[in-house]
Amino acid sequence: MTPLPLARPALAWIAAALTVLAAPAAAFAAPALATPPARAGQADPLDSPRWDDMRKAFFEGATVVFDERIKVSGPAVAEDSLNVPVTVDASAVPGVEELIVFADFNPIIKALRFEPGAAQARLGFRIKLQQSSPIRAAARTADGVWRVGGAWITATGGGCTLPSVGSGSPEWQERLNEVNGKLWPRLGGGERLRMRIIHPMDTGLAAGIPAFHIEDIVISDAEGRTLSRIQPLEPVSENPSFTLDLYATAPNARLHVTGRDNNGNRIDAWVSR
Amino acid sequence: MSRPASAALALAWRPCARMLHAAPLRSALQTLLAGLLVALCALLATARPAHAEDFDYRLQARALAPGAWVIVGLKEDFSFANGGNIVNTGFIVGSEGVIVIDTGSSKRYGEQMLAAIRRVTPLPIVLTVNTHHHPDHFLGNQAFPRASLAALPETIAAIRSEGEGFNANMYRLNGNWMRDTEVVVPERALAAGRQRIGGRDVELRALGGHTVADLVVIDHDSGTVYAADLLFNGRTPTTPHADLARWLAALDTLEGLPARRWVPGHGEPATDLAALRQTRDYLGWLAQAIRAGAESGQDMTELFHTPIPQRFAGLALVNEEFRRSVVHLFPAAEQSVLEAARTKASR
Repeated sequence: MTPLPLARPALAWIAAALTVLAAPAAAFAAPALATPPARAGQADPLDSPRWDDMRKAFFEGATVVFDERIKVSGPAVAEDSLNVPVTVDASAVPGVEELIVFADFNPIIKALRFEPGAAQARLGFRIKLQQSSPIRAAARTADGVWRVGGAWITATGGGCTLPSVGSGSPEWQERLNEVNGKLWPRLGGGERLRMRIIHPMDTGLAAGIPAFHIEDIVISDAEGRTLSRIQPLEPVSENPSFTLDLYATAPNARLHVTGRDNNGNRIDAWVSR
Repeated sequence: MSRPASAALALAWRPCARMLHAAPLRSALQTLLAGLLVALCALLATARPAHAEDFDYRLQARALAPGAWVIVGLKEDFSFANGGNIVNTGFIVGSEGVIVIDTGSSKRYGEQMLAAIRRVTPLPIVLTVNTHHHPDHFLGNQAFPRASLAALPETIAAIRSEGEGFNANMYRLNGNWMRDTEVVVPERALAAGRQRIGGRDVELRALGGHTVADLVVIDHDSGTVYAADLLFNGRTPTTPHADLARWLAALDTLEGLPARRWVPGHGEPATDLAALRQTRDYLGWLAQAIRAGAESGQDMTELFHTPIPQRFAGLALVNEEFRRSVVHLFPAAEQSVLEAARTKASR
């Protein structure tokens, strides 16, 4: 236990005590106190008591630095804990080979792995949040260094332990792994790919519903060359939607999307403009 | 009666989850922090406006016309400071009884609203309507005679299914103002039509679009239209359950009514169509912005940064509500664009 992560738990304790007292004053006290104090050096800029655990879980033995060029954008407050829109952006760092996204306080911490390949190191998607948490993106370059950025998102919770809408309806079975996607040519070249894949993305945390999620999505061109790869985990939203930007224009304006879920069901579809 | 367990959980759960990590440090800090806490509370208590301590909403009934009353709420979001007094409620006093239009955000609000009514008239409450299933419009139901509670059938069903969740969330948003508030589901289903109620010529219109069902109450004796949350004035419309096309059609219906005055669900009552046109203008722009974003391939996080036209700058909470609306409305727009693309690709 290092002394540094003390600030937030102590503040949380005050917030908890105020809440228990249910003094209306808590409304003013909690937000003011929740502002993390400024820190020097490589202390977690998001001041999360979970950071040491995160570092050990994901970056043990590797060099890891906080880098303001790694951006996570989303709403300050999650309107819908099951679908919190997030864009992770490491495109300001050259040569990103791999990007992972995780939320310190989610019951399943890691949300996604992304190999941008022929795409910009930027991905839009939606995440489930069980409670307020830092959402972090970590980008690895060829030298093995992980660069980490993130943002706190406030959530009322329940995003991970609720059953999917799909699990309560028979319709998804007929459309499982259906890809609805479209390409938009980018000004200055390249393609934007947006796609939504029908899948319940069950976390396994709702009683009686096992984990069931897409685990691999490969984007290739018409010649079968792999361009980019997304490996989602349980915290990615139901019927996940992704936004990514490829550097080059797709030959014949078509891209091939393939992949599978953790039960071996295949994804195989073409996306065009 | 005690607070529902789920609400207590919602209040306590988040800080406690983080508190677990602090356990080894806590004993050392506890005494110091407890002292600080007491000092802090005392400090904040002295800085609070007077009405926060007595949980008095200071509800003032205002007569718009003989027998047509409104209690105007703040143009804010729910907070510990306002206790949920952000909604307009109303009542119509006939020769034989009182019609109550929405009951506010908490048991306390309902009780204080009833007290405000009693300062105006001793006549019995003959009808209490919940215009729709949003929590600031029905959580005061406990204060009113149970047999008088009524709503459109879809509203009753929605209160039944979503009411508890709303109530738990309202404890989290408004704190102790909510004490002892419980969901009371109206049992009487209303049908549209014009009739004499409490000795007053009243018409009920069943519309929708803000939610699955939005009840409009027209007091023909005074020409007052209680438009509920189909109408906002100077406050950005909210869209958690909105169907914008249906809502815009409902506004067209409202515009055709022979009204002399309008009571919006949020914001000042109006005597002209300016509020209606403002609501329609904003919703039309919102629908277009969402559609354009989906069609041009934007991601939700990019759409958050859509510039909001200057003409809406005066709407309270416009930046916050626009972003909330993107979350509510974008997924369907996106789905429609992407499914159309797939149909095209498979042809």
